[in-house]
Amino acid sequence: MVKNRHQELGLTDDQVLEIFETMLLARRIDERMWLLNRSGKIPFVISCQGQEAAQVGAAYALDKEKDYALPYYRDMGVVLHFGMTARELMLSGFAKAEDPNSGGRQMPGHFGQKKNRIVTGSSPVTTQVPHAVGIALAGRMEKKDLVTFVTFGEGSSNQGDFHEGANFAGVHKLPVIFMVENNKYAISVPIEKQLACEKVSDRAIGYGMPGVTVDGNDPLEVYRVVKEAADRARRGEGPSLVETVSYRLTPHSSDDDDRTYRSPDEVAKAKSLDPIITFGAYLKETKVLDDELEKEINDRIMKNVNEATEYAEQAPYADPESALKYVYAEEN
Amino acid sequence: MPVISYIDAVTLAMKEEMERDERVFVLGEDVGKKGGVFKATHGLYDQFGEERVIDTPLAESAIAGVGIGAAMYGMRPIAEMQFADFIMPAINQIISEAARIRYRSNNDWNCPMVIRAPYGGGVHGALYHSQSVEAIFANQPGLKIVMPSTPYDVKGLLKAAIRDDDPVLFFEHKRAYRLIKGEVPDEDYTLPIGKADVKRQGEDITVITYGLCVHFALQAAERLAKDGYSAHILDLRTIYPLDKEAIMEAASKTGKVLLLTEDNKEGSIMGEVSAIIAENCLFDLDAPIMRLAGPDIPAMPYAPTMEKYFMVNPDKVEKAMRELAEY
Repeated sequence: MVKNRHQELGLTDDQVLEIFETMLLARRIDERMWLLNRSGKIPFVISCQGQEAAQVGAAYALDKEKDYALPYYRDMGVVLHFGMTARELMLSGFAKAEDPNSGGRQMPGHFGQKKNRIVTGSSPVTTQVPHAVGIALAGRMEKKDLVTFVTFGEGSSNQGDFHEGANFAGVHKLPVIFMVENNKYAISVPIEKQLACEKVSDRAIGYGMPGVTVDGNDPLEVYRVVKEAADRARRGEGPSLVETVSYRLTPHSSDDDDRTYRSPDEVAKAKSLDPIITFGAYLKETKVLDDELEKEINDRIMKNVNEATEYAEQAPYADPESALKYVYAEEN
Repeated sequence: MPVISYIDAVTLAMKEEMERDERVFVLGEDVGKKGGVFKATHGLYDQFGEERVIDTPLAESAIAGVGIGAAMYGMRPIAEMQFADFIMPAINQIISEAARIRYRSNNDWNCPMVIRAPYGGGVHGALYHSQSVEAIFANQPGLKIVMPSTPYDVKGLLKAAIRDDDPVLFFEHKRAYRLIKGEVPDEDYTLPIGKADVKRQGEDITVITYGLCVHFALQAAERLAKDGYSAHILDLRTIYPLDKEAIMEAASKTGKVLLLTEDNKEGSIMGEVSAIIAENCLFDLDAPIMRLAGPDIPAMPYAPTMEKYFMVNPDKVEKAMRELAEY
C-alpha cells in the first residue's frame, strides 16, 4: 500500500484530482497543438510536456485570487490553474483576435491576462524576473498580502536579470518565489554546459535566500516546497529559490529536431518517469482514481480540447489595420 | 515668479508629484540618503522616507525592470539612471519590455513609468559621463523621449511624464543642471509631451534643436541679430515621437534650416527631422538642410582640448547660422 502523501500536506482527494486534471488538460492541449502544427494549421508550438507536475503543483500552492504569476513560455499548467481556459490557449495558438494574451500579436507561449494576474511576457528570456520583484515591491508598498511567482528555465538562470532581480528581492526581503523549471536542456545545450555548480538552487545563498531542489515530476513535492516558500513570503521573511528537476519530453519547439543532440534512449527513459503517468499511478494506488473516473476525466478534457480547437479555428483574425493600435494609450 | 535652476525644477516636479499621488516613488543608485550624485532627489528621502525613495543595488537592469513590474502593478515609479551612459545594461528592459508591454498585450497591460537620466557633455566627463544616448531609443514605438531645455519646461514636462500612462525617458542635460536658471511658477502645471515649442520668433533662418543646444542657439541668435539676421528657434522638447507639424511649420517659415544636436552627427535624431522636412517642405526650402553636431567618434574625450573640439558651443552655432543666413 502506497503511503497517502497528499493528506499529510493537507490536500483532499478532490484537490489532488484537480491537480491531476489540470496537468492532463495542459498535456492534451499541448498534444493537440502539435497535431495542428504538423498538419499546417498553426505555425508554432512550444511545449509544456514533462513539466506539468512542476507547474500545476506550484501554482496550486499559491492564492490564485491575489497572487501574481509571471510565467515563462512553457507554463501552460500555471496559466490554466490561474484561470486561462483551453479556448483562450487555442485562440493564442491560432493567433486570433480574441486571444486574451495578445490578440494574436505574440507567438503562443507568451502568456498574459491581467484579470487573472498573469503578467505579460516577451521572448528575451528572464526579463520577467525583475518584474516579479517590482510587483512584490509595489504590493508591499500598498500593504497587500500578495506573493509573486516567477518561473524560468535553468539556462535562463544564467542571465543577468535573474541575478539582478534575485539580489534586489533578497536585499529588500520581498515576497517573491523564483522557480527554476530545470528540464535539463536549454534548446540543445545540456545542463553541464550551463552550470558550474551542481544545482541551480546552490545559487540561492548568494542572494540571502533559501534554495531547494525537488523532483519536478512529483506535483506533491513541488506543492510542498512552493507552499513553504509562499508562507515564508507572506510572513515577511523574503524570497525563495525553488528548482524543480524534470525533463523536456518534446523538442524545444516545433522548429527543433532534438535527435541532433540527444539520444532516443535518453528520451525514452525520461518518458518512463512522465508525471502524467506517475501521478496517475499514485492516485490509483491511493484509491483516489479508478479507471472509470479516469475515463470520465479524459472524456471531459477531450471534449473541452475539441471544442476549444473548433472555436479557435473558426474565430476571426484581427483586422490588418488593427496592427496600428495600442502603441500608446488611446482615447476610450 | 521664482527663479530656480534646472535641477531644482527636476526635484520640485518629483516632490510635488509625490505629494499629490502616493503611487509615485523614486528608485535608483544613491537617490536616497545622499539625494543623488547630482542632488536631483535632494530632500525627498527626508520627506517621504526610504519606502518611497529607494536606494537600489547597483544594477541598472533591475532598476528598470523592478520599476516596470511596479508600473504594471499600477504604481508610478520614477527610476533614475545615474548617468545616461550607464543605461546600457537596462536597454533590454526598456526596449523589449517597457516599450512593448501595451502593444504586446493588446492594451491589457501598460507601463506608466519614468526613467530619468542625466546626459550630455561639457563637464569633463569623458567618454562615459558625457554621452547623448537618445538615438538608441528614438526608433522604438511605445517609448516617449523628453529632453527639456529650461526649468519651466522641466517642471511641466516631468510632471506630465509622471502622469503619462506610457513609459517616458526623461533625459536631463547635466551641464544645464546648475548653469540654466529660469522662472518657474509655484503652482501645479503640466506641459504636453509631443509638442515642440518656439523659443524665439524669427524670419531669416530656422534652428531646430533641443536640450542645452537651445541655449547655445539663443545666444548665437542674439549676436546675429546685431547684424540684422533674425533667427527662428524651435525647441523640440520631445524628441520621440517628433512634433512633425511644428517641424514643418518652422522649416517652411524661413526656408533655411539648421539642425543642431550635441549627439554624433550620423544617426542622430536630426536625420529624421531632416527627412520630415525633405518629405514635406522641399519646395519651401531656399538652402540645403544644414546639420551641426558632434563628430562621428565614439564619444567626447577627457582632455579639455579634445572635449572642446567635440562639443557644440555658441561660437560654432553662430558660425553655422551666419553661413546659412548668407547662403
